[in-house]
Amino acid sequence: MSNIPADLKYLDSHEWARVESDGTVTIGISDHAQGALGDLVFVEVPEVGKSLSKGAAAAVVESVKAASDVYSPLSGEVIAANDALSGSPELVNSDPYGAGWLFKLKPSNAGELQQLLDAKAYEKVVADAAH
Amino acid sequence: MGFKTPLYDTHVAAGARMVDFGGWDMPVNYGSQIEEHHAVRRDAGMFDVSHMLSVDVTGARVRDYLRHVLANDVAKLKDSGKALYSCMLNENGGVIDDLIVYFIDDSWFRIVVNAGTRDKDLAWLKRFSDEFGVDIKPRNDLAMIAVQGPNARAKAATLIGQYADEALQLKPFTGRQLGEYFISRTGYTGEDGWEVMLPVAAAPKFWSDLKAAGVAQCGLGARDTLRLEAGMNLYGNDMDENLSPLESGLTWTVAFDPPERDFVGRAALEAQRAAGVKRKLVGLILDDRGVLRGHQRVVTPAGDGELTSGTFSPTLEKSIGFARVPAATGERVEVDIRGKLLAARVVKYPFVRNGKPLVS
Repeated sequence: MSNIPADLKYLDSHEWARVESDGTVTIGISDHAQGALGDLVFVEVPEVGKSLSKGAAAAVVESVKAASDVYSPLSGEVIAANDALSGSPELVNSDPYGAGWLFKLKPSNAGELQQLLDAKAYEKVVADAAH
Repeated sequence: MGFKTPLYDTHVAAGARMVDFGGWDMPVNYGSQIEEHHAVRRDAGMFDVSHMLSVDVTGARVRDYLRHVLANDVAKLKDSGKALYSCMLNENGGVIDDLIVYFIDDSWFRIVVNAGTRDKDLAWLKRFSDEFGVDIKPRNDLAMIAVQGPNARAKAATLIGQYADEALQLKPFTGRQLGEYFISRTGYTGEDGWEVMLPVAAAPKFWSDLKAAGVAQCGLGARDTLRLEAGMNLYGNDMDENLSPLESGLTWTVAFDPPERDFVGRAALEAQRAAGVKRKLVGLILDDRGVLRGHQRVVTPAGDGELTSGTFSPTLEKSIGFARVPAATGERVEVDIRGKLLAARVVKYPFVRNGKPLVS
């Protein structure tokens, strides 16, 4: 079973978002997503300063098998990107909710947070995907 | 649900991620695909290749028949057990399938064909069989396990008792029936090893015994990265019925000599050769960061081409691929990856053989 932390928000396309104490939001892909992709070998993160709208393709994760777009769960400005992934993309596999984070946003529309899935709803998405 | 090999339950019980491959439910990986890849390059790994089909072709004129149906020439096979890689072509010179053919005796050859093409291959083989009075018998009673890697033969030999010595003496590209096993020193990884055909009922135990002997279970994911590093074509990706061996990097598998041998597709290939082959299959290494994938556009001064296969090479830690490009293409090309043109180099393949990188 994949790990789905209760304190995060999710998209049904398998991204997670964590609201930090300063109001910024950290974004990555779920444990289920990294497991489905397999060993990651290349990650393209967005440039700092870029404006993203909710649902926009923001990053690319490539495993040995395939390339996948990562969509931004929220609108906002990219304030940090995880540069460690260029040398160690496998961090997304080994620690998807920690060292394998992809980018941080300063959200421009806090209301969008309410539209994201909670852990329970995302758990159902993952369970349905298994059938 | 697709077709299942005799090892399907074994794979599921081992936690394999199962995918559809040519209509078959096959394991793509059991855990880390890259670790499975390295196990084969460094030690020993095994693959369930029971989805591939063995076909026994028998009859007094079997050699004449195969000299007509195959683009390579089975007249090269003089010693019992010797194997040959060949394409089977249609009249237009397009590749119906690529296969391995074993010479067993003067009235018996065995062919191993791809999973996704088995029905059309059988139909094609039967189209010419009456003319030569040969019998075509699909061996659905056989499973096949490939054991590959520098330590693969030594580990597998511990399981076959009295046949071990004889099996270990098999020369490369040679196979032999030993008890219930047909063992051949062949593979699709660029490493030493065996492909073992055995009765369906015996396959699960042989697999679990290999596992106990320290052979890593490997899925189709690692099989693909290993074959690409080894510079081996994949049917359906790198060639198909609309492409000839001459534009698929497989000219070496076509026996034009002797000139009087009339094989299916010969006239078309000779016409293509006379007119000049317009495209070629080349190996690519991506110098920029990124991953080559099938169908990406290749930009060259001689015109555009297309990636036919691409992946990340775990051995080279770079992305590699095959591309079909204009014949005049030189060493430098660019690949269109999500709208960006990234620099790539045309290189000779194989990229890796017997654990060693051959390019950098």
